[in-house]
Order: sequence, then structure tokens, then C-alpha cells
Amino acid sequence: MTTRAVEPWIFEPLVKFVKEAGARLVLLMTSAGQVLAQHGFSRAVDVMSAAALGAAIMASTDEIARQLQQPPFAGLNHQGERHGIFLAAVATGRGKLVALVVYDLDVSSLGLVQLFFEQLAADLRAASPKDSVPKQVLAADFERELSDSLNTLFGR
Amino acid sequence: MSTAPAGYGRVLDLVTRVRGVRGAMLVAGDDGLVVAEQLMEGIKGPAVAALAASLANRLHRAMDAAGVGADQFWHLQAEQGALLVVPAPSGMLVVAVAEPDVNVGLVRLELLRAAEAVG
Repeated sequence: MTTRAVEPWIFEPLVKFVKEAGARLVLLMTSAGQVLAQHGFSRAVDVMSAAALGAAIMASTDEIARQLQQPPFAGLNHQGERHGIFLAAVATGRGKLVALVVYDLDVSSLGLVQLFFEQLAADLRAASPKDSVPKQVLAADFERELSDSLNTLFGR
Repeated sequence: MSTAPAGYGRVLDLVTRVRGVRGAMLVAGDDGLVVAEQLMEGIKGPAVAALAASLANRLHRAMDAAGVGADQFWHLQAEQGALLVVPAPSGMLVVAVAEPDVNVGLVRLELLRAAEAVG
């Protein structure tokens, strides 16, 4: 399974997290769904779908929290028969990132994923460039940015 | 520190009243999440729960592969303490964190009682 990152500071914390939490698939993206790193995906189309769905779920739960006049939810877990999906946000110097983690229930558990996710969040905060302003992707650049990111994420 | 519903609190009392026990927890075996805990300051409950459940899962598979039946009790001795675990029939784990020189037999007995009470 390969791990790839568009921004190099993400790579090491992500590799450590995957190893310790026993994650099967991981996406790190901006809240707009722009993918910054991935582990375990073999097809670009899967990354695009997962990122879009993950960002949409995060936006929905943020809105529910807003309507309940609560701070955003810390994390979201969905457990299936064989796999679990964990979705949570991390505040970094690069802005808010969203992590989507898929884990096998016979290899890992929600407790392990939550435990090592806290470490991942701390590692990302420490490694992120402190003075960078998150780059806005304009509609005009969207396709080129997406294509560049996917090329990096799949080593093309 | 204690976070335990009343019924589970009494179950954990069985374990924590043994001299040398620093804390006891009920852990969901599948998830590795804390269900109830009575721990002394400084013990990282969620970390112990997640790692103990992961270990229990692997030990269970090892026992299964070896054809020796289900695990009933395990005891990990470290330099500065010990971890003792009994799986309850429901899949919940009863976990004790103890001093290195704790009376292991007594803790085991109370863990087994607690596991029976949890069901």
C-alpha cells in the first residue's frame, strides 16, 4: 500500500498514523475536498469520490452543529460489518484539514483510530508551515489543480 | 477519577478495592472504547482501553489458531506495574492496572467476579 502527499510536511505524520492505527485507507483534504495526501487508494476516481463525499459529510455535520449552536463535532464514526469509517477535522497552520479514515474491524478499532488520530493531529500541527495562508483554488484553475494533485497522489 | 454508571461503578469497586490496584475499567472489546472507569490520576484510560482491546483481539485469534479455546485471563507484568484482563461473556473486557507487587491471584478473582456481574 502506498502513501503519497501533495505537500511533503504531511507525509511522515501520515505514514506513522497508518502504521500505528492499522488504517486501510486514509485521505487528508481541505474542507473544500481538495486532497493533500492519501494512503491505500489505487484509483484516482475513488479518491475524487471519497474526497467529495467526505467533505460533504463534514460540511453537513458542521451545519447541524451550527444549527444546534454547538461547536463543530470532533469526529464522526460509522461502523459497518467489516469496515469502519472515521471522519474528523484537524486545525493546522495550513488551515482546517479533514481526515477520512477507513479501517478493517479485524485489524483495528475505533479506539485505536481515535487514539492515534490525536497523535496525527498533534504531529500535523507541529509540522505544518506556520505562516502559510491556505491557497484558494479558483474555478478557472480547478481542473489543472485537481489533475496536478492526482498526478502527485498516484506518482505519475 | 471515576466515570462509571452506578451498576458498573459497583462492579469496578470489586477490583479497585484490592490493595495495589491503581485503576479498573470496563472496555468494549470490539471498539476499544472505555465504557466505565475508576482510575488514578496519570493513567491514560482511552489509550489503555484501545491498546488492551487490540491486544485482546489478537490474543483471542492466537488462542483460536492454537486450538486451546477462549482466553479467560491474561496478565502482563512490566517493570513498574501490571495489566490484568478478563473478558466477560458479552465481549466486554474487565481491565485492571496495578502495582508490580499486587496480589495477582486476588485481582484475578475479583476480575472474574466483575466479568460475571457484567455478563
